[in-house]
Amino acid sequence: MEHIISVMVENKFGVLSRVAGLFSGRGFNIESLSVGPSMDPTVSMMTLVTRGDDRIVEQIIKQLNKLIDVIKVVDLTEGAFVARETVLIKINAKGEDRAEALRITDIFRARVIDSTPATYTIEVTGDTNKIDAIINLLRPLGIKDLIRTGRIAIAREEIKAAVQEKSPDKKRLELK
Amino acid sequence: MKMNGAQIFVESLKKEGVKVIFGLPGGVVLKIFDVLYDYKDPALVLTRHEQGAMHMAEGYAKATGKPGVVLVTSGPGMTNTVTGLADAYMDSVPLVVFTGQVSTNLIGNDAFQEADNVGISRPCTKYNYLVKDVNDLAQTIKEAFYIATTGRPGPVLVDIPKDVSMNQTEFNYPEKVYIRGYNPTYEGHKWQIKQAADAILKARRPIIYVGGGTVFSNAFEELREFADLTQIPVDMTLMALGSFPATHPLSLGMLGMHGSYASNMTIHHSDLIVAMGSRFDDRVTGKVSEFAPHAKIIHIDIDPTSIQKIMDVHIPIVGDVKCVLRELNQHLRTSVNGQRKEELKPWWNQIGEWQRKHPLTYTQEKNQKIKPQYMIDRLYQLTKDQNPIVATDVGQHQMWAAQHFKLDHPRTWLTSGGLGTMGFGFPAALGAQRAFPGRLVLGIVGDGSFQMNLQELATAMDHHLPVKIAIVNNGYHGMVRQWQDLFYNSRYSASCLGNCPDYVKLADAYGAIGLRATKPEEVDVVIKESLKIDKPVLIDFQVDPMENCYPMIPAGGANNEMILENPPELQNKEKEKTGAKKAGNGEKEGVLTA
Ligand SMILES: Cc1ncc(C[n+]2csc(CCOP(=O)(O)OP(=O)(O)O)c2C)c(N)n1
Ligand SMILES: [Mg+2]
Repeated sequence: MEHIISVMVENKFGVLSRVAGLFSGRGFNIESLSVGPSMDPTVSMMTLVTRGDDRIVEQIIKQLNKLIDVIKVVDLTEGAFVARETVLIKINAKGEDRAEALRITDIFRARVIDSTPATYTIEVTGDTNKIDAIINLLRPLGIKDLIRTGRIAIAREEIKAAVQEKSPDKKRLELK
Repeated sequence: MKMNGAQIFVESLKKEGVKVIFGLPGGVVLKIFDVLYDYKDPALVLTRHEQGAMHMAEGYAKATGKPGVVLVTSGPGMTNTVTGLADAYMDSVPLVVFTGQVSTNLIGNDAFQEADNVGISRPCTKYNYLVKDVNDLAQTIKEAFYIATTGRPGPVLVDIPKDVSMNQTEFNYPEKVYIRGYNPTYEGHKWQIKQAADAILKARRPIIYVGGGTVFSNAFEELREFADLTQIPVDMTLMALGSFPATHPLSLGMLGMHGSYASNMTIHHSDLIVAMGSRFDDRVTGKVSEFAPHAKIIHIDIDPTSIQKIMDVHIPIVGDVKCVLRELNQHLRTSVNGQRKEELKPWWNQIGEWQRKHPLTYTQEKNQKIKPQYMIDRLYQLTKDQNPIVATDVGQHQMWAAQHFKLDHPRTWLTSGGLGTMGFGFPAALGAQRAFPGRLVLGIVGDGSFQMNLQELATAMDHHLPVKIAIVNNGYHGMVRQWQDLFYNSRYSASCLGNCPDYVKLADAYGAIGLRATKPEEVDVVIKESLKIDKPVLIDFQVDPMENCYPMIPAGGANNEMILENPPELQNKEKEKTGAKKAGNGEKEGVLTA
């Protein structure tokens, strides 16, 4: 099953490679990974999309938690969440195709963000279904280039996602 | 007070109570070595290879429970530590390893002796740091020791660029550290512990399965009390040996691939496994789908990733073994009745039957070659009163040592388990001897393995480390030959060691003492002689080259399907060629002393 995991990490150099290295080193599947700053400048947020049976996903979450630079891990798929992805698609658009391209763009509430006499570049944001649908419709026109951000996701407010908190700070070793 | 980075480094180590640094210098760490030149404390042990320094630090850490400290240069100095890092990471050994790095302005330029130390060590350290600013140095060292020694221990690497060791700043050593993403759990969940206590009292065929985590947690007394209270038999992993007395009546010895028949049969037929500080390694479980098919599992471990990784666990308890056992014992003290022995009698009867059916034995005929089991047994019998520390390499000799050298005390067993690193034993013995100058430290090493780090004989001499190294000289990569016997039609591809040094002369060349035994009756003589010598001693035990180590569970086999002796085709072969080919030094007569 697909899992979308939100990971709060220290905003330090090397953190991305620790996370990426965990996935490659343990043979975990990683479908997409997106990282960006958060409201707190010392913290970055990652959204990870992965697949695996329950045992593997449990391991992934525990292993992420074990990384010292990881502050918090939430498996969004355990609750209600919204996920979005942005795609930039450059298509061939000449003659009659130009109108068709604009029509599709309109239907999906996408935007043309660049245009030449022979091409359009379209920006679209949405969930996976929407993105797949627009790509399928634009394909007959000829897709020259396509780039996706990977999904980002956030828990819905009303129903709290199951939080896999790091072990509480109960019995910290007193340092000598 | 203003200090340069090198001084801050040394003063920080003093604050951490570091007594010994194992290391080897080079260009970018010269400033640090220069400062160390003025210090007696911490003392420096110059090794002859960085891998040697790593295993010495591991031996030191395993024997003392304190972190081992290593200091090496950039580039090749660091890359030579990688095996030791991976070894320490697998076996959860607390180490803090300092590597030199080229100056910050040169990093990334392929400068002379530059390597991406942090990148290379990332997958084989618990954590690592590149210190880019001298102002961060003290804080980083504090964190490094904290991370290495708390939670599930492990190696931490700190990479120090040359300019950082030269630059000056005010020295303030932090009192405390707080790392928000790192909060190991020590106390177990109370409700889960209660559940565990109930399950333990209900079980009729229980087994305790002890792993190396029990050693790091120093849970010896707690384990002892737990076993005594509950009368449950104790199986130990290779890493756990010594954590529970091998001669205690509740001990079944080691389990797993070369574990005793009784220990493997017991866990296989158990109805409850109490796992502590163990991780269901494949050398223990064999075929996972057939591992202990009737058992419920209680799993106590400080590392949540170890739980539910391999096996379905019924009662998981994340926590430190010592803390959890303390709590568990408290429950049990009030709830166990005097009936425990009676309740478990049928189970113990069954176990007794297994023990009698296939005990760990060997036969040593007078006129035959020395059996490796015999020489290890004699070494054990002749030294046990001194409570020796025993270091091993990797191979058959390691397994025979685990089977026949009965350790009754914790932190007396230094072996490379997870990584299985040949060449570990000798330097590990030296590290332990450096920590405990007055104690008897033995190495039981393979002839193949010993040759991987024998350069440390020079370190042993320099620092007067009078270890007694028993080379189980079978002229083979014996464990490889055994697998070839069993699974590759006895085609000995690259397992015969061919030309080997004369170990007595080798010892002599370094100024150490070399002894040799070629016949069974010489075994006691050389052991006793070695114990009288206050110098490093190498003992060349020329043993039967064809001996195989049993019981053995073939990789991926189930634990109740042990091979107990050579299969018939090998037995016939043995008979055909009496006096099988012997590699290395021929049959030297008598006992030679250098
Ligand atoms: C560094 C390293 N290389 C290779 C191996 C694979 N290996 C495992 S046991 C063994 C043979 C060890 O020979 P020796 O030290 O003589 O011990 P013996 O089995 O003969 O007692 C080898 C090559 C290893 N464990 N470590
Ligand atoms: Mg050998």
